[in-house]
Order: sequence, then structure tokens, then C-alpha cells
Amino acid sequence: MAGGTMSKDAPPRWDRRMQQRLARGEAAALGELYDRFASLVHSLAHRVLGDEKAADRITREVFGYIWENPDAYDPKQGSMRSWVARITQGQAVARLRQAELGRGSREELERKVASANAAARADFIVTSMPAPLRAALELAYFKRRDYRQAAADLQISEDEARRRLRLGLQLLSTANVLPREDASPPGYGSTR
Amino acid sequence: MSDSVEFPDSPDEDGSPVPGRGARIPGPRAAADDWDVLPAPAPAPAPAPAPAPAPAERLLPPPAAAPASPPPSHDVLKSLLGAWALSACSAEETQAVEDHLTECAPCAEEALRLRDAVGLLHPEENLDLTPLLRSRVLEDCLGKRPARIPVPVWATPYDTETARLDALLQDFGDSEWHTPVRLKWFEEERRTSRRTTVAGVIGHLLTVDGLIATALGLEDPLGAHAGTDPTARTERFWAATPYPVTRQVREPWRSQGHTLVRTVSFAGLGVADLSVGYGDFSLPLGDAFLERAFECWVHAWDIAEAVDYPYEPPSGAHLHRMIDLAARLLPTVLAVRRRKGLAAPARDLVEAGTPGRTLHLEIEGAGGGS
Repeated sequence: MAGGTMSKDAPPRWDRRMQQRLARGEAAALGELYDRFASLVHSLAHRVLGDEKAADRITREVFGYIWENPDAYDPKQGSMRSWVARITQGQAVARLRQAELGRGSREELERKVASANAAARADFIVTSMPAPLRAALELAYFKRRDYRQAAADLQISEDEARRRLRLGLQLLSTANVLPREDASPPGYGSTR
Repeated sequence: MSDSVEFPDSPDEDGSPVPGRGARIPGPRAAADDWDVLPAPAPAPAPAPAPAPAPAERLLPPPAAAPASPPPSHDVLKSLLGAWALSACSAEETQAVEDHLTECAPCAEEALRLRDAVGLLHPEENLDLTPLLRSRVLEDCLGKRPARIPVPVWATPYDTETARLDALLQDFGDSEWHTPVRLKWFEEERRTSRRTTVAGVIGHLLTVDGLIATALGLEDPLGAHAGTDPTARTERFWAATPYPVTRQVREPWRSQGHTLVRTVSFAGLGVADLSVGYGDFSLPLGDAFLERAFECWVHAWDIAEAVDYPYEPPSGAHLHRMIDLAARLLPTVLAVRRRKGLAAPARDLVEAGTPGRTLHLEIEGAGGGS
């Protein structure tokens, strides 16, 4: 969780401009898009598929899809970052289904898919949550500090430390909310 | 594709309940129940993030306040739920929360949810993306849909090398940014070196890349009248920046790089011949981009060495272009040395206009292109 990326707090203006530049066929924009989102795409794909080669492949497919369909992004629906994450997760889970098909029972497959989906959503939530919440969770979970120590480390009140830990986990817990079965598919087609 | 995926943008205070669970909730992970046998509080160790939490490492506050204090209010208990789920409160608080959960359904429901959420925390794996992946992805994309505004071939090594260095910087914490780096070069026949830090090196790249920015009519990162001598510019930047240079330098360096690549993509073909002044000499823009790509690689190497990270050479095709530039510059360099009396004159006089001597240059290693 070290190091900050600029991408999290990027203003929507960046998103819209990037979309226009991609639509215009600007190769330099494609490079910038990759630099901003490649680690997100690759790590989400890796979380779902657990395999580096497969994650590389998903990364190629996702950027290929975006480059060919920049208009599929609707800034009104959310950030480009969450759009890219959605495409990645959809593509990676489709690949997981394909790979696991016929390997176990239908229930086992669905369980795997559900847990891969939750893991990918959780990763996205953690990397996107406000830095103060993330820092508090990191201290409490990875560094095993109690909330009083975390408060001292972060130079905040104990009340605030408790609030951040609770809010951080509340955000994270939304990853476990099962998607509705009748939900419409994400607004893009498979690149297969 | 039938899996719908949701990425919430805001906290969901009342997320849906988890069905089929009992109300009495056991502690989330081994709580430090043995607090009374632990020694008095001491500075807690801060071990490196580990995937498997080891229980009972946490030291507890003195048990002085524990007895006789009234039970905490509902609001306080509720506010403790996150800390409780993470086993990040005292034994008394843990007990108080767990007692409360048996009688308060909303809190019990939330406690379950938060505890399940803890199970989703996962150390970041920090897989290093192979730098080759970037070239492959871009190639794939451009194969599917050719760029209407391509990046000129002579600017591609710069684009690639700056992206590679930026990826190296991505996970640097403050300690890496302030790691000392020794820059080495030759001056007056002697090896010279200058001590700086990782952030200082990025400042050096920013200021010298600024020569290209100025040549293209873009803003000079050093402001007007900063001159064109790379060393003087760098010293000027280091002197003008509050010591030490911090990670703040990354963003201006990176965005200037993006602007340079973007600007030459939109410029006409002739832009490659635009002259870029380097103080004592100048290079056509196309060569200046190769020179900057080369410098970026060399200094990325210095940085990687200083922080003990592995760093690969550029791709064969890009290396080929960089070395080609060096080879093309050799005759000029030798002529300058000869004029300064640093190189022996040709042994036999030849007619003007015919080559007086030959330099045989052999380059070994994995190259690319032809």
C-alpha cells in the first residue's frame, strides 16, 4: 500500500479529455492511459485469475477494447477508473468461467466466480478509498496497531481513529454485496 | 457476459444484511485475551505487513481503568465496531462490544458484515509489470486500430523509457526518494561526480528535458532566462528548490514528458529537424529525443542501483537507435578533442575532403533492428 498514485483523485476533466483524445486516435493518449491504469488492470485480473500470464492477456484485451471503443465510456456513470475496473473484472471473470468450465459442479463454479468477484471488488475499493481511511486500515490490519496506537501514529483523536476503521470496513463490506441476478450486463461486449 | 459488477462510489451505511447467521458473534480473530499476563505496555513493534495475522502480538493499555467504569453507551460501542472487527481495541472494549452484540440486532448485523469485510483485506502483491507488456499492449492496440495521430518513431524510445522509470518510482516511499545517488561523468579528462538523491536525479531529468520544451515553444520548467547549459541548469534547479528535493518533483517531470510526446505527435514531419540547444552544441529534435531517452535510461539505472532494484536495458530496437546516435556523434566528438589537443593528429596527411582516419567501432550485446 506504499506510494501514492495521482490517479485516485484525478478530476473528471481528465477522464473526459482522455476519452476525447482516445476517440481522436491519439497514440500518445493511449500511452498515458496505460501508464495510469495498467497496474490496476493487471492486479485485478491477477486477483481473479491468479496467474500472471492470464493477467497479461487480460491487460492486452482490456486496453485493446478501450482503444477501439472509447465512446463506450460515459463520464456521467462514474470515473474512467471505475469503468476500466469494471471492464477488467468482467473480462477476467469471463475468462475464469471459461477456464473452470466442466472442472467441478455448477455450484463450485458459481462459488469461485462469486468469491473472485468479491475479491476484485474489494481490491478496487481499497485502492480507491480515501487515503486517510486506507492508512488507518493499513495500520490496524497489516501493522497490527490497536486503534489508540493508530490514532497516535496518525495524529488524530481516538474517536476519529474508530470512525475511520469503521467507515473503511463499511466501504469494503460493499464488495460482499451480491450483484443482482437480473442486473443488465456491463455496457461493453466481450473482445473474444 | 452475465456477471454484473458494481463499484460503489460512496459508503453504504446500511448494506444488505447477511442471511443465515446466528446472532452471537465470536471474536474476529484471536483476541488478546491473555492481556493480564502481558508485561507493562512498551512501544509496540511494527512488523512488516504479513499476509497471515499473528495473534496476541498487540500490547494492551494498562488495565487500570477497567474495573468499576460504567458500560460504554450504544453510540460508543457502535463506533467501536470497526476496531473490534480488526481486533484493534482493548480486551475490556472487546468484551463490552461482544456483550452488546447479544442484545442489539443492528450492531450484530453490522459486526458480521465488518468482520467479513476484514477477510477481504489482502496485502498488495506488487507484481512488477514487465516493461515489455507496455510495448506489446500498445502494439496490439495500434494493430487493431491504427493511430490517426501517431507518436513519431524517434520519440518512442523517450516515451517508453520515461514510462519505465515512472513505473519504477511508482512504489517509492520517502526513504527511497531520499536515497543518495552519485551521478558520474567525465570532465576535463577526469571522472567527476556529484552527490544527489533519487528526487534530485528526477529534478535533473526535468530540467534537461526542459531544453526540448523550450525548443518546442513550451514553458521552461526553470522559468525564463535559465540558459541552455544542462549542468548549469541542473545546479540552478537544485539551488532554487528547498532542500531536500522531494517526491513532488515526479509529477512535473512526468507531465512535461507527456506534453513533449504529445506536442511532437501533433507537429508536422519537419519538427524532427528543429534545433535543440545544449549550451556548447545543439542537436536536431529527433536526436535530442533519443539523447533524452538514453539519459533517462542511464539515470533510471543509477536510481535502481541506489535503491537496489533490478532494472533492464531498453528494448533492442530502442537501444539500437540510441547507440546509432552515439556512433553518429563520435566524429564530432573526436574532432573537438583533436582541436583541444587531446587526440593525436592523423599520421599521414590526406587530401582535404577525404577521410583521414577510420574508427572501427564494435558494439556487442543483444541489439535489435538492423
